[in-house]
Amino acid sequence: MAAGAAGPGPGSGPGDSPEGPEAEAPERRRKAHGMLKIYYGLSEGETAGRPPGSDPLDPTDLNGAHFDPEVYLDKLRRECPLAQLMDSETDMVRQIRALDSDMQTLVYENYNKFISATDTIRKMKNDFRKMEDEMDRLATNMAVITDFSARISATLQDRHERITKLAGVHALLRKLQFLFELPSCLTKCVELGAYGQAVRYQGRARAVLQQYQHLPSFRAIQDDCQVITARLAQQLRQRFREGGSGAPEQAECVELLLALGEPAEELCAEFLEHARGRLEAELRSLEAELGPSPPAPDVLEFTDHGGSGFVGGLCQVASAYQELFAAQGPAGAEKLAAFARELGGRYFALVERRLAQEQGSGDNSLLVRALDRFHRRLRAPGALLAAAGLAEAATEIVERVARERLGHHLQGLRAAFLGCLTDVRQALAAPRLAGKEGPGLAELLANVASSILSHIKASLAAVHLFTAKEVSFSNKPYFRGEFCSQGVREGLIVGFIRSMCQTAQSFCDSPGEKGGATPPALLLLLSRLCLDYETATISYILTLTDEQFLVQDQSPVTPVSTLCAEARETARRLLTHYVKVQGLVISQMLRKSVETRDWLSTLEPRNVRAVMKRVVEDTTAIDVQVGLLYEEGVRKAQSSDSSKRTFSVYSSSRQQGRYAPSYTPSAPMDTNLLSNIQKLFSERIDVFSPVEFNKVSVLTGIIKISLKTLLECVRLRTFGRFGLQQVQVDCHFLQLYLWRFVADEELVHLLLDEVVASAALRCPDPVPMEPSVVEVICERG
Amino acid sequence: MEDDAPVIYGLEFQARALTPQTAETDAIRFLVGTQSLKYDNQIHIIDFDDENNIINKNVLLHQVGEIWHISTSPADRGVLATCYNKPSDSKVLTCAAVWRMPKELEPGSHESPDDSSSTAHSLELLCHLDDTAHGSTACVTWEPTGDGKKVISLADNHILLWDLQESSGQAVLASSASLEGKGQLKFTSGRWSPHHTGTQVATANDTAIRGWDARSMSQIYCIENAHGQLVRDLDFNPNKQYYLASCGDDCKVKFWDTRNVTEPVKTLEEHSHWVWSIRYNHSHDQLVLTGSSDSRVILSNMVSISSEPFGHLVDDDDLSDQEERHPEEKSQEPPRDSVIATYEEHEDSVYAVDWSSADPWLFASLSYDGRLVINRVPRALKYHILL
Repeated sequence: MAAGAAGPGPGSGPGDSPEGPEAEAPERRRKAHGMLKIYYGLSEGETAGRPPGSDPLDPTDLNGAHFDPEVYLDKLRRECPLAQLMDSETDMVRQIRALDSDMQTLVYENYNKFISATDTIRKMKNDFRKMEDEMDRLATNMAVITDFSARISATLQDRHERITKLAGVHALLRKLQFLFELPSCLTKCVELGAYGQAVRYQGRARAVLQQYQHLPSFRAIQDDCQVITARLAQQLRQRFREGGSGAPEQAECVELLLALGEPAEELCAEFLEHARGRLEAELRSLEAELGPSPPAPDVLEFTDHGGSGFVGGLCQVASAYQELFAAQGPAGAEKLAAFARELGGRYFALVERRLAQEQGSGDNSLLVRALDRFHRRLRAPGALLAAAGLAEAATEIVERVARERLGHHLQGLRAAFLGCLTDVRQALAAPRLAGKEGPGLAELLANVASSILSHIKASLAAVHLFTAKEVSFSNKPYFRGEFCSQGVREGLIVGFIRSMCQTAQSFCDSPGEKGGATPPALLLLLSRLCLDYETATISYILTLTDEQFLVQDQSPVTPVSTLCAEARETARRLLTHYVKVQGLVISQMLRKSVETRDWLSTLEPRNVRAVMKRVVEDTTAIDVQVGLLYEEGVRKAQSSDSSKRTFSVYSSSRQQGRYAPSYTPSAPMDTNLLSNIQKLFSERIDVFSPVEFNKVSVLTGIIKISLKTLLECVRLRTFGRFGLQQVQVDCHFLQLYLWRFVADEELVHLLLDEVVASAALRCPDPVPMEPSVVEVICERG
Repeated sequence: MEDDAPVIYGLEFQARALTPQTAETDAIRFLVGTQSLKYDNQIHIIDFDDENNIINKNVLLHQVGEIWHISTSPADRGVLATCYNKPSDSKVLTCAAVWRMPKELEPGSHESPDDSSSTAHSLELLCHLDDTAHGSTACVTWEPTGDGKKVISLADNHILLWDLQESSGQAVLASSASLEGKGQLKFTSGRWSPHHTGTQVATANDTAIRGWDARSMSQIYCIENAHGQLVRDLDFNPNKQYYLASCGDDCKVKFWDTRNVTEPVKTLEEHSHWVWSIRYNHSHDQLVLTGSSDSRVILSNMVSISSEPFGHLVDDDDLSDQEERHPEEKSQEPPRDSVIATYEEHEDSVYAVDWSSADPWLFASLSYDGRLVINRVPRALKYHILL
């Protein structure tokens, strides 16, 4: 409608100039277009779809902001041929037309909106005018109302004052009536047992009565009231004393009594007295559980019972007390603390007695749970009554129990170790009865080691419960620090290893050296066990402990090296003792054989004496036994390639040389000289010297001890000719068999030579046997 | 303070028996008995000249047999007793006899020729302690404080108390007791206690030590299993009447309080083989000497159980002049039991050690190869004890 009127042709515009319509039209169109674009918030360049890269300042760009029609036309005319000019002209005309139609559409659309806006504004104008009239009327009405109201208030003024006064009198009268009725009311309340109500009334009236007591009538009321109140108080007290009705009711009684103005101090003492009675009953029931006759419930039940009964009661009492007697100040708190301390102490004593019964049992988890409950329950009163130190005392008890537990486990480990030893003893004794070859020492050792290790691990696991996160006391400083380092690591593990070493060492000190209360195999086994501990087990156990119980304590702990040194020393002592014991067994055999024989009147030797064979057999047995547990060790190189023959020839020739001079009657000096010269070149032999951890060293030690004994015994006897020859045969036999066991066969030679030489000295008629005969006898034997 | 070197004297024969001349208190004199089966045995009387470090010897022939034990009378310097093996074809029997030295060898008789070594004298037999009925005699011990009239000999399992009469010309068996028990019991050693007015004797057999009352010849106490093995020797503390030291084949030296026989007071384990001989110093009982078949002699300082446990009591007085030199000395108080010295001059088993009766700082040890070594207590220790 409006758009149709705007213009029929695309070419017609408001400011159409006649000159150069072809050139002018696009220019204006552009401007209008640009303004529209600005209106709709579009930038020029975007809608133009201009190829990127073209210069925006180019005056020949149709869509550019700086388009100059003259320049553009010039450029077209100059550059383009006619055909192209024609083309661009038609193109341009087409574009202009399109733009014209666009503009027309836009104007057309917006025109409608203008029309409707105008209509709306007109309507609004009319409405406002009507509203103004109404407002004016309202204002006049309001003025009238105000006027009326003022007049009414003025009329009602003094009547209102009178009413107020009457109301005051009425209230006063009500109060007076309450006062006059008070005695009877109180009596009624007391009779009905509504003590709370009575106390409230009394409280309300008291101040007034106090104030007006100089008036006789009020005085009478006051007296009545006081009598009734006294009765009331008495009844309350009565009820309070009867007790039985439970803590909350008692608390109520006390509260009422306090409201009645009874002396707080006395009340609080009485209150505590009653509470004590109740709590003591709880304690007694706990004690009854402890009693010897009925089967005691398990410790968890006990602590539960104690926790709910006693600790709960204590909590109630404490909180009620603090509510009621808050006004008492520090003195009252102190009283309560003392009360709690005393009863708490008795409760702790009972708990400790119960826990002491638990010491013997093996179940740690139950104990820890019980302790946890116990500790947890006491946290509430602990917080309530910090001064009574209940929580600290409880922690202390838990700590003590933990310590005792550690001690118990240490005992257990020791007992387990001793048990292992007993088992080993039995195992060592048993196969001998059955007549079997030898007990599997290595197997026994493995058994002992693994069983001890598993015991240690079990103990660690059991003790570990104390430090579990969910246990309420595990974050106490004791359990984080000292318990781990001093208790578990030092007390339990190090203590056990130490005691193990000591137990083992005690076998060395046993006075019954003669009988050998300890089987030698056990000594050997223990020695190997200690050595194994030194090399691996100790560090393993300690690492395990340190891992399980993250030790945060800074206190010094025993280093692994010290323990290892101790274990090594123990192993060395045990092995040395083993050597001594075994050496002694063989020595005793040799000694008896030398001491009991009549060497003067013995017959010409035909055989090696049985005892020597026995010595060799025993030595071989020991060799096998030691070989089961210890490595071979090193010998001097010469022994490996020395054959029997060269050896025997060598030794017998030496013997020949040694005591040849002793029966040439030249000079008695010679023998001494010879033996002394020989000694000059040989090293001093330490007979009972410490041994190394290998088989050869052990055997060397045993043989040294045996041969030295033989020497000393021979020196105490006097030999006939055949006695000497017998010694010669025996020694040769020993030489044949013993060299293979020792580290340095020279040692055996030396000692045996010495024996034969000493026997020759102790013989008035020393005629040695032919070496060849000696050899024959020995080989036959 | 440099210590004097040990003095060594060699015998031609094997020897086990050594004793100081107990009655002699001026000259340092030891008696050594030899063991030889083929030659005549001798008793060497060894005089030691402390000033000049010279040994003088006199040799007495002891033709009856090899000497296993020797002891001297505490009253008469010329009287001694030996236990000797009587040579016979089929049996070895150890007998005991009391002898008198020739007059000219007795100390104090200056007319004796100094070079008497060339001429061998013989002993004069006073009497036999006739034991043939009782078996072989292991040792003879004199009543330490008496007049040299009482002698105890140990023969196999018998303990025999002899009265020497007519200036030792005759021995009368006063009383005897014997050990009963399983097996062959044999005494190995015995000592007469210097305390209790000479009424107590201690003996050793196998692993046990027994105390005897010399008047009634009854057993007073018994330390069963005193040592793990054979007990070789024992000695009484000269100053503490209940203290006794013993040694044995378990290489240990033990100190006992005879009032408590269940536990030794102290145990030493320094030797590496059997300990054959033990002697308390006669004056300073903290000094204990032991000889062992590991060829070593060890001198120990047993301060903690001696009669003078706190060392020199005048310590404070001489501290003033010693302080500059030994400031650390004070910190060493109280002194500990310790080994003072180990003497390694011997090359064979040492079977006997003993202190000189004249000089408390001097002792002798004898090894089987016939080597006698005379040593002194280190001077530093000597002054420490004296001052």
